[in-house]
Amino acid sequence: MSTLQADNVSVVFPADSGDVHALDKASLTIGEGDFVVALGASGCGKTTLLNAIAGFLAPTEGTIAIDGTPIGGPGADRAVVFQKHALMPWLNVIDNVAFGLQIQGVERAKRYEMANQYLSLLGLEGFETSAVYQLSGGMQQRVGVARALATDPEILLMDKPLGALDALTRESVQEILLRVWSETRKKVFFITHSVEEALFLGTKLILMSPRPGRITHTYDLDFSRRYLRGEPARAIKASQDFIEMREDVLSRIHGDA
Amino acid sequence: MTVEANHKQAGRGIARVLMNIGRRRRPTTEVYGQPGAGRSSLISFATAFVLLLVWWLVTNAELVKPLFLPPPEMVFDKFVEVSSEGFNNATLFEHALQSIMRVFAAFALACVTAIPIGIGMGVNKLMRGLFDPPIEFYRPIPPLAYLPLIIIWFGIGETSKILLIYLGIFAPLALSARAGVRSASIEQIHVAYSFGASRWQVLKHVVFKAALPEILTGMRIAIGFGWTVLVAAEMVAATSGLGYMVLSASEFLNTSVVILGIIVIGFLAYMFDMIMRFIEGKLVPWKGRA
Ligand SMILES: Nc1ncnc2c1ncn2[C@@H]1O[C@H](COP(=O)(O)OP(=O)(O)OP(=O)(O)O)[C@@H](O)[C@H]1O
Ligand SMILES: [Mg+2]
Repeated sequence: MSTLQADNVSVVFPADSGDVHALDKASLTIGEGDFVVALGASGCGKTTLLNAIAGFLAPTEGTIAIDGTPIGGPGADRAVVFQKHALMPWLNVIDNVAFGLQIQGVERAKRYEMANQYLSLLGLEGFETSAVYQLSGGMQQRVGVARALATDPEILLMDKPLGALDALTRESVQEILLRVWSETRKKVFFITHSVEEALFLGTKLILMSPRPGRITHTYDLDFSRRYLRGEPARAIKASQDFIEMREDVLSRIHGDA
Repeated sequence: MTVEANHKQAGRGIARVLMNIGRRRRPTTEVYGQPGAGRSSLISFATAFVLLLVWWLVTNAELVKPLFLPPPEMVFDKFVEVSSEGFNNATLFEHALQSIMRVFAAFALACVTAIPIGIGMGVNKLMRGLFDPPIEFYRPIPPLAYLPLIIIWFGIGETSKILLIYLGIFAPLALSARAGVRSASIEQIHVAYSFGASRWQVLKHVVFKAALPEILTGMRIAIGFGWTVLVAAEMVAATSGLGYMVLSASEFLNTSVVILGIIVIGFLAYMFDMIMRFIEGKLVPWKGRA
């Protein structure tokens, strides 16, 4: 199994009004079973870091490697899920989920079989032939997650995947995500603006601060494991250590801003 | 029941029908939806009817001379006459068919050239550099201005007519295809790349698909341009066609045939627009909902 390693990654965007140091010497390890959550003020370089890991942009300095092999662009080992679900409206639900498999040349019967597996994992049975624009926001996001999982990547890169959802839907998709994560044993890099979401989902939390974008603090978490062991989500979120952790994170973020 | 009561009731019935015209089919779930949503066909029919009525009233009250505007019934008589006996050696159907063929030949030719070139311009620097100057240069020039040049180069045959219409269609179609390839969101493109897609796969599976609505809209607009250029094209030594029919009728101050020709061209253009809209609805039901 593999480990993703970002080493002193800097990204500088040249601009007329002076260069933007979107990311400054960020180092990060995402190993087996890690669910890494990134949290920080708007513009602190979270998306930039994700784009660099995904291979959409090359770091100005530093390296990103998987098991020591530097990444040379986007690849099938890293799947992405975006806030704007980025589904293909010309494809129905199952063809959207099977999209990556189609790209990879899997034949139709086989890819439908695999797609069906992930549709049921995310509770989307019965919507195979629906048009994606007729689904609710939460269902669209689940289709996006199913699509990312269907190609069996090593790591899922998610940029505020639940940001557009209402609080209730959001909590239920969070729980679905955790179950899927524990069943599929994927590595996850997850960006959010919600402190609660970050604490509840992650095994590791990185705090980032802007100008220049840096990783300022790292926490190890185990709330998600507690949830998977059977503790109710609401009990976890109401527990003393959860609340203390939340206040600590909040004060650090406000200290930065 | 008295006659009067009967009338009253009939009057109320009519009032109710009239009130319901606006209400029927009103979607109950989307009252606060898109501005202007809902069917407008009833209103359109009413507009057409009122226009016809005004035409009829103005001409039958003899407010204008038939030379300037003949009454609708006279144009209808001409319609029957030209349909059966013909005008200048061809029936209305033959004139119409000739024009449809010209417009369609040009349209088909434009589709197979302008769409690939437009897409190419959208996705490729070299293509954009090559085709941008000529297209942007000739696009705003009225077809009538370069018509003489086309006649000098290609003569007065069918080629020149179709070429003129083709040029009128080409630019808007190429530009819409070029703009269409910008429709795919960066997220959709990134998703495809993250599955290991090649550049060509990204184009085929994402960019071209996302461009389709805009290309279809471009086709609708472009074929409209085709009908606009038709009359100019048929000024060139034509012996049949709707534009030719209108032009030669005008030389004899045969206003009824002129109006008949205009109405038929307008009707055909409208019909093809409806067909294109239907195709749009079938092909890209997701348009504007991505
Ligand atoms: N393509 C670009 N060109 C120039 N500057 C950029 C570009 N992309 C991002 N930036 C700048 O880099 C900085 C970090 O941006 P980034 O998108 O990574 O922030 P973020 O943490 O994802 O913010 P948010 O939480 O609002 O999504 C910002 O100051 C932004 O303006
Ligand atoms: Mg961002």
